[in-house]
Amino acid sequence: MTRLWLMPEAAILERPTNRDEAWRYADADYLAEAELALLTGWQELHIPAGEAREETRIVEAGVERLRVNVGQGARYALFAINAAGPYARLEVEVTLEEGAHFEFGGVTLGGGNKVQEFVTRTIHAQPNATSNQIVRAVQWGRSTGNFLGRIEVVKHAQKTDAAQNFRAMLLEKGASANTKPELEIFADDVQCAHGAAIGQLDEAARYYMAARGIAPDVARKLLVQAFIGDAFVEMSDQSQAESMLERALAQLDEAAL
Amino acid sequence: MLTIDNLHATVADTPILKGLSLTVAAGEIHAIMGPNGAGKSTLAYVLGGRPGYEVTEGSVTFMGQDLFAMEPHERAAAGLFLGFQYPVEIPGVSFVQFLREALNSQRKARGEDPLSGGDFLKLAKAKAALLKLDMEMLKRQVNVGFSGGEKKRAEMVQMGILDPSFAVLDETDSGLDIDALRVVGEGINAIMRDPSKGVLLITHYQRLLDVVKPDKVSVLAAGRIAQTGGPELAQRLEEEGYDAVMADA
Repeated sequence: MTRLWLMPEAAILERPTNRDEAWRYADADYLAEAELALLTGWQELHIPAGEAREETRIVEAGVERLRVNVGQGARYALFAINAAGPYARLEVEVTLEEGAHFEFGGVTLGGGNKVQEFVTRTIHAQPNATSNQIVRAVQWGRSTGNFLGRIEVVKHAQKTDAAQNFRAMLLEKGASANTKPELEIFADDVQCAHGAAIGQLDEAARYYMAARGIAPDVARKLLVQAFIGDAFVEMSDQSQAESMLERALAQLDEAAL
Repeated sequence: MLTIDNLHATVADTPILKGLSLTVAAGEIHAIMGPNGAGKSTLAYVLGGRPGYEVTEGSVTFMGQDLFAMEPHERAAAGLFLGFQYPVEIPGVSFVQFLREALNSQRKARGEDPLSGGDFLKLAKAKAALLKLDMEMLKRQVNVGFSGGEKKRAEMVQMGILDPSFAVLDETDSGLDIDALRVVGEGINAIMRDPSKGVLLITHYQRLLDVVKPDKVSVLAAGRIAQTGGPELAQRLEEEGYDAVMADA
């Protein structure tokens, strides 16, 4: 097995701070106090050539770091809900071999002072690999949802096709969202698409629902469900996608906005 | 059934309705006609409780209740239906899900049991057929990718499913070709022509009134009812225009 890790920061075992690009929106108190091994260690995963794996993950408070090598022609799909706090981060570093695919769907969802983030680094290390990432953030209170997505395409990784899409919905004033797509492309025949938008609940849709008799809390839930549904569209098992949605929406019920 | 008394309303601090009074009795279809900018859509939205439409004076009594004491979703549960001139698109939510939530929310508010998925689909199929709308369209996202005419037919399908006591229909005929106009008009008759129901039918044109024969016709101009008459008033408006008819009044 050839490992083609490109990890310039691998040698750095210093405690990260907000000055580090990948940690700029992280909770500073957590960074100062957390065990160093948590912040610098990785859980590793290898998807052998030609295989496909799909996983779901409910992010817990703290930092989870996952480093994945997706072999030639293999596929790795990860769908995650990050509704934890006070600080919860899922960091995924993926290296794609020739013709491999990485699919990521993530939802952050929370209130209070929670800081929830997804940080991905997708390395297109060989030609013909594809990646698609869809992240949705739903925040209320004074919470923050972040998505830092870095895409690296090495020089010979021609025919790379990478896409990244982030949208945030802020349900209350005081909530916030940050995103920072970073594209580092050294090949010339590639497609990289990224989009980001931050908005509120669609007032026209809310009123339309009210005019049909749907109570405001139910209307909000339907609209949030539609919004975050994008992140789970690529899940192969529809009933599992629905249970992910329900799980995420339960947070909204508890919020009692 | 619906009594509007001296209604004044503003939109973004601009007075639009300026002392509008009107009564619609049960069993009556009352057409409201009037030139652009007269306040027809504002009247519809004020009755429906749309945010941004502020009532500054006057009252509306709906089936014995103070309409303005109710939130928009409570008005719907009380039996008021607002047919939108521009139906809203809601990506990610299917019509079936949207309407089932709507119907069951209304039933819950009235203390009735929710309708099961199967019963709901039967009802939706029957009403879609009435409006000649393909049932497959109701499986799609709310109004997304619908043509203007399909949106208006879908509005009437919604009205059929929700079965309101009173409907305020805001230019339901706009954007319809002749055939669709007939289908929609006949739909309104089938759903709302009933001794216990009422309709406020806002329209620009006589054409719809050839199908949905109104009991009364009022002309709304400059925020007030300028004139009320029988169906012949609509005919005169069509032939002579608003200016001529109102100059005679």
